[in-house]
Amino acid sequence: MSGTLQWRSVGKTYGSVVACRNVDLVLSAGEVHALVGENGAGKSTLLSLAGGEASPDTGAVSVDGDEASGPWTPTVAMANGIGLVHQHFMLIPPMSVVENVVLGREPRKGLGLDLEKAAGELTALAARVGWTVDPWAKVSSLSVGQQQRVEILKVLWRGARFLLLDEPTAVLTPSEVGPLFEVLRRLAAEGVAVAIVTHKVDEVVHVADRVTVMRHGEVVARLEAPLTAAEIARAIVGREPLPPPQVPRPQGQGGGLVVRGLRVGRALGPVDLAIAPGEVLGIAGVLGNGQTELVLALAGLAPDALGEVTLGERPLDPRGGAAAAARAGVSHIAEDRLERGVVREFSVADNYLLGHQRRLAPSGWLDFGALDAEVSAALEAYDVRPRDASAPIRSLSGGTQQKVVVARELSRPGLRLLIAAQPTRGVDVGAMERIHEAIAAAASRGAAVVLVTSDLHELRALSHRVAVMYAGRIVDTMDVSDASDLRLGAAMTGAR
Amino acid sequence: MSAIERAILALLAAMATASLLFLFWGASPVEVYGLLLARTWGDAYGFGQVLFKATPLALTGLAVSLAWRGGLLNVGGEGQLAAGSLAMGLVGAAMTGVPALVALPLALGAGMVAGGVVAAIPAVLKVRAGAHEVISTIMMNFVVVGCIGFIGRQGAYVEATVHTAPIAPSAAIPSLGIAGSAASWAVALAVCAAVALHVVLARSRVGFDVRALGAQAAAAEAGGVAVARTTAGLLLASGAMAGLVGASTVLGYKGYFEDGLGSGSGFMGIAVALLAGGRPLAVLPAALFFATLSHGALAISTLVPREIVDVVMGVVILAVGLSLAPRQGAAR
Repeated sequence: MSGTLQWRSVGKTYGSVVACRNVDLVLSAGEVHALVGENGAGKSTLLSLAGGEASPDTGAVSVDGDEASGPWTPTVAMANGIGLVHQHFMLIPPMSVVENVVLGREPRKGLGLDLEKAAGELTALAARVGWTVDPWAKVSSLSVGQQQRVEILKVLWRGARFLLLDEPTAVLTPSEVGPLFEVLRRLAAEGVAVAIVTHKVDEVVHVADRVTVMRHGEVVARLEAPLTAAEIARAIVGREPLPPPQVPRPQGQGGGLVVRGLRVGRALGPVDLAIAPGEVLGIAGVLGNGQTELVLALAGLAPDALGEVTLGERPLDPRGGAAAAARAGVSHIAEDRLERGVVREFSVADNYLLGHQRRLAPSGWLDFGALDAEVSAALEAYDVRPRDASAPIRSLSGGTQQKVVVARELSRPGLRLLIAAQPTRGVDVGAMERIHEAIAAAASRGAAVVLVTSDLHELRALSHRVAVMYAGRIVDTMDVSDASDLRLGAAMTGAR
Repeated sequence: MSAIERAILALLAAMATASLLFLFWGASPVEVYGLLLARTWGDAYGFGQVLFKATPLALTGLAVSLAWRGGLLNVGGEGQLAAGSLAMGLVGAAMTGVPALVALPLALGAGMVAGGVVAAIPAVLKVRAGAHEVISTIMMNFVVVGCIGFIGRQGAYVEATVHTAPIAPSAAIPSLGIAGSAASWAVALAVCAAVALHVVLARSRVGFDVRALGAQAAAAEAGGVAVARTTAGLLLASGAMAGLVGASTVLGYKGYFEDGLGSGSGFMGIAVALLAGGRPLAVLPAALFFATLSHGALAISTLVPREIVDVVMGVVILAVGLSLAPRQGAAR
C-alpha cells in the first residue's frame, strides 16, 4: 500500500513496564489521526518506534507496505518520509531558523553552506502551509508557538510525508491551537499523513478524521468521524466520565488570602487580590504573563518579592521559603511537576515525605511507621496504581505522579491556601477527575484556592471568580458566569 | 545495571587493562597479582598496612560522599585534612597530664573544627555570592598549605624541623598491634563514621533534606528544604569529616604533625567516593581497594614499575566515570 505507515503487531517493554503490546495501526496519506489515551498508555512509544528512536521488541514498522531490510534508525525513518516532532523541541536556540532546519543535511556550495537557497525554500514552504517565518531569526528570540512551527517546517523541508506530533498543543496558548489545526488539515488535504498524540478530547473532535484509543499499551477502540467528545472520553477511561465537581459558594467571611502591592522583579505586579476561605479564584492568561511568579511568591519561593501578603489575618512572607509557608497553611501543586513537584529519583513514599519531613520527624529521626501509614492511605484514597510506596516515582505515568503530589499537598494539617498551578497538565482524564474532586474538596473544607490553568474548561468548572493576567498584572476580574471566550480572550491579549 | 555491578565491572576493566600492561612489560599478570595479594591480604603486616592506608581514604571518601549526596563536590579535602592534622598535633601536644577521656575527644574535636573552618570559607562564598564550590575548595587547598608552612615557622614546629612537638600519650590512639604495622584504632573511628553517616542520611530529617537537595534542588526547595543553610552546613560537615584524617596519621601513628602528612588522601577520597557511588557503607570497601593497590604497589615493584599501579587507579576512575555517564537511548 503506498502512502501508508504501518505498525504491525508492535510490542515494546522498558524494563518491567509494558509500553505497548501487539499494536496494529495504519496511518494513511490524507488523514489526521489522533492517538489518545491515559498517560503511559503507549501513544508516545508508538511515535518513537516509527521515528526509529527505539526498536520494537516484537513486530515491525513499515512504510508503503515494505519492511526495511536493515535496522530502523532515525536516519532510515527520515529517509522514508517520517517526520517526528517531539513535545520538547530539539532546536539549538542560539542558531537561526534556517540553520536549525538544515542541520544535518546542509546544502553545500563549494566548501561553504548554501543557506540562501535553503532560506528561500523554507519561506516558500511556510507560505504554502500558511505561515510567515523569518528564516534568519534566532530560535531563542521566537515564542514557543513559533518554535513549534520551525520544528514542523524542519521535518517538512526534509520531505516528511508522515508527520508525527507528540502532544503538540500542550505548549500552545488556546489562541494558537486553532491555527495549528488549520495547518494540519491543510497538510492532510495535500496528501500528508498526520498523527497527533493528545490528551485533550475536544481538540480531537475538531481536528481528527480517525481516532485510536489506547489503554495499558493496547488499542481499545478505533473511532471515525463524526466524533463526539463524550464518546472519546468514554473510550479513554473505559466508563462514563464524571460530571465536574460542584464547589459550593463561600459565605463571604474574612480571613482568607489578601495580597496588596505584590511585585516580583519586572515579571509581576503590582498585584492586589483577595480570596475568601472556600473560594476558588481561577487565574487565566497566556503563559509567561506573571502567573509563575505569582505562584512562587504565594508559595514563599520568591526571594526578590516585594509587597504584603496575609493569610488568615497573619502575614505570609513571599520570600520566607516553603517551610514557613507550609507552617502558615499553604499547599503548593507546582506548575512544573518534574522540576519542582517531585524528586524524579525518589520513591513514591519519599516524594510524599517531601514537605512533611518536619511533621513526620518531630525528634529529628523520621517516623517511618507513620509515613507508611499515611502513604498507604493516600495511595488507596487516590487510587494510585500500583499501590507500591517504594516504586520510583518516575516509573509512574504523569497523571499518577500528579495524584501523589496532590495527595501530599492536601494532607497538610491546617490547610488555608491551596495553590494549584496547571494541576492537570499532561494528566489523563481519569486522574484529572480525581484531582478536580480533591481541589473542590479542599475549597469546601474552607481553604482559599488559587487555580492557575491554561485549560479553560477546568477554569470554568472549578472557579467561582476568574482573574486574567497580562504583562504581570491582573487586567480583568469577573464572576465565572461572565467568563465568556470573548471576554477572556480580550483580556488575555491585553485588549482590555 | 546496579551500582554494585557497575563498580565490579569498572574493577574488572581496570584489572584487564593492567594485565595487558604487565604482559607488555614481560611480567606474568598471574604472578604480579599473586604477589600483590600475598603482600597485602596474605600476610599480617601487609594487612595492617592496608588498614592503615585505608583509614584516611575512608574518612576523605566519606567527606566527599557526604557533600556529593547533597549535590556538592568538595575538592578541598587536602586543605581540610592538613588543617585538621595540624590542629590535632598542636592540641594533642598541649594535653600533657590530661586524662585520655578528655584529651582524645579534644584532639579529635580540634581536627574536625579546623577542617570545618577551612570549608567554611567556600561555604560562605557559595551561599552568599554563588561561587562554585569546586573552584573555591580547590583554591583553599593552596591557601591552607601556605598558611600551615607559615604557622609552622612562626613557632608551631619544633625549632629547625618541619614537625610539631610530640603529642601527649593520653591523646594518642593506640595501635592495633598487627605485626608491627601502622594500623591503629583509628580504623574503628572510620567504620563508626561510615555507619553514623549512613544512618543519618537514611533515617534522619536532615539526611532526607540533604538527599532531596542533591537529587533535585528545585523540588527540595519547594518541599521546604532550607537550601542555603543545608548547603553551608553540608560543606562544613564534609570539611570536618576530612579534618578527622589526622586521627590515623597524627594521633594513631606519627605522634606529631609534620609538613605534608596525609597529603594525597584528599584527592584520592574523590576516587573512593566515586567508586562507592556516594554511599557511606560502600566507602569502606572502596577505601580498602585503593589502599590495597597503594600498598601492593610497593610489593610488585620488583616485577613491574610501580607507576603501573597509578595507571590502574586511573583506569578504575575512568571506568567508573564512564559507567556513570548517561547512555544514548537508555532513557525513554
